[in-house]
Amino acid sequence: MSRAELRVMVDPTSCDGYGTCAELLPEWIETDEWGFPVIRREALPAHLADHADRAVHACPRMAIRVVRVRS
Amino acid sequence: MSRAGTVDRPAGLAPPTGAVRLLAGLGERGEATALADHVARWGLVPDPGRRGRGGFLDELHRSGLRGHGGAWFPAAVKWEAVAARRLGRPVVVANGSEGEPASGKDRLLLRRAPHLVVDGLMVAAETLGASRAVLYVPASEARHLSEVLRERRRAGIDPLDVEIAVAPERFIAGEESAVVAHLDGGEGALPAFTAVTPVYRKGVDGRPTLVQNVETLAHAALIARFGAAWFRSVGTEESPGTALLTVTIGASGPRVIEVPFGATLRSVWSALGESPAEAPAILLGGYGGTWMAGARVLDVPLAEEHLRPLGATFGAGVVLAPPPTMCPLAEVAAIAAYLAREGAGQCGPCAYGLPALADAAASLAFGTRGGAGGPAGGGLQARIFQLCESVEGRGACHHPDGAARMVRSALLAFGDHVDHHLHIGPCPSAAARGGRSVPRPSPVRVQGAAPRPQAPRGARLSGARR
Repeated sequence: MSRAELRVMVDPTSCDGYGTCAELLPEWIETDEWGFPVIRREALPAHLADHADRAVHACPRMAIRVVRVRS
Repeated sequence: MSRAGTVDRPAGLAPPTGAVRLLAGLGERGEATALADHVARWGLVPDPGRRGRGGFLDELHRSGLRGHGGAWFPAAVKWEAVAARRLGRPVVVANGSEGEPASGKDRLLLRRAPHLVVDGLMVAAETLGASRAVLYVPASEARHLSEVLRERRRAGIDPLDVEIAVAPERFIAGEESAVVAHLDGGEGALPAFTAVTPVYRKGVDGRPTLVQNVETLAHAALIARFGAAWFRSVGTEESPGTALLTVTIGASGPRVIEVPFGATLRSVWSALGESPAEAPAILLGGYGGTWMAGARVLDVPLAEEHLRPLGATFGAGVVLAPPPTMCPLAEVAAIAAYLAREGAGQCGPCAYGLPALADAAASLAFGTRGGAGGPAGGGLQARIFQLCESVEGRGACHHPDGAARMVRSALLAFGDHVDHHLHIGPCPSAAARGGRSVPRPSPVRVQGAAPRPQAPRGARLSGARR
């Protein structure tokens, strides 16, 4: 049986490296040497879901997605 | 289990039994095969309608056909993903853009055996119930292909009109989402972020879209005629059938050869009349492929299951062996610089990371003191590996991944030579080639003429002369 999981993704074609996401979700997102987000690829733990949503809404480029995927 | 008996075989037309399939029956003069000759050689594609829509999918599955455009994805899985969608009738695209400078096999196929490609596109269109079919090709092929299509229209053999779309001349123009963007009227054919909405779900016009390499379609056209069992009669279990390779050895121009999967590069070298001893370094797959020491790869069967454990991939069938006198690291630096320039510039990690990677590769090849040729020092190697890691998987498309694979594989394959550059300084060949500014050797583009098709055994066929 499949179970839905949350993944955080960035649309790299939209991202301009503002870094807001990494500030709001440091547990899950770091920035590289050029300021672009490096996001962990595993399933997002449930307790971070609200923080991830905040990162989604705060991104000036609307580049961050929280995607529900079937594991 | 086997439904091979359900495949119509036009009476009297025998399937090719040897390892030359796509290039079988090509004329000697380099001309495109006329429709009449094509039909005399291969017959018409049996009507998939008689097997029911979707019926060919089973055959395609059994054939084990993989994508020959570079990604090695199972064709049947891709077709099924398109077939499973309900949002509008699908669009099918034959991708012959071949932006890869070291590849010429798709242009050769389009020029010499165009009807096989269009046959395959029609098989895809009928199997998937498509209402639009497109040939996406370089400008150089557009005119003669419109003749080809006119000929087919007159003969009334296709269920669907085929359009021609001219692909922009750039490395990434053949990437699946870039193809879709271009057909939707986008400027310059740039890749899009498709991780959430893949093109098989929502592609051209928002409709499910199949973008398939022209060689893959040509194989499908033969599978539709002769069946999966025939297709699998050469090649290996996991890599069945044959493949077109574009082989560039030393200073000779690119040549196209068809080989059964499982053949070795040594046999390719000997079929082309070249000495394998003269190939210390080989780039396999394409510019975004894998460097290997010749001695390590010459006797490995060319098949994904044998290449993967070595960290290599068949890619788009590119085999590039620089002259033995050329420093491979200088070649790596030149290709890295090319790939950095050819990025779309849309994704930060690629737009910043690839130039940084190209700079680091140039430092390794040519020295770090402004071309004075000093040793680069051990820290540079760690920096290169770190840059590879930090660009990988972070673009909308796989362009940065290929660049990272190409550079990293060179460091792993040519360790002793790398040590020489790091601790002693650039080798004489690299020093002679240049300082920090990386001269790009003219990409091995096939200009004007298609590369020579070459039968592994038997006569040389002359290249197309336009």
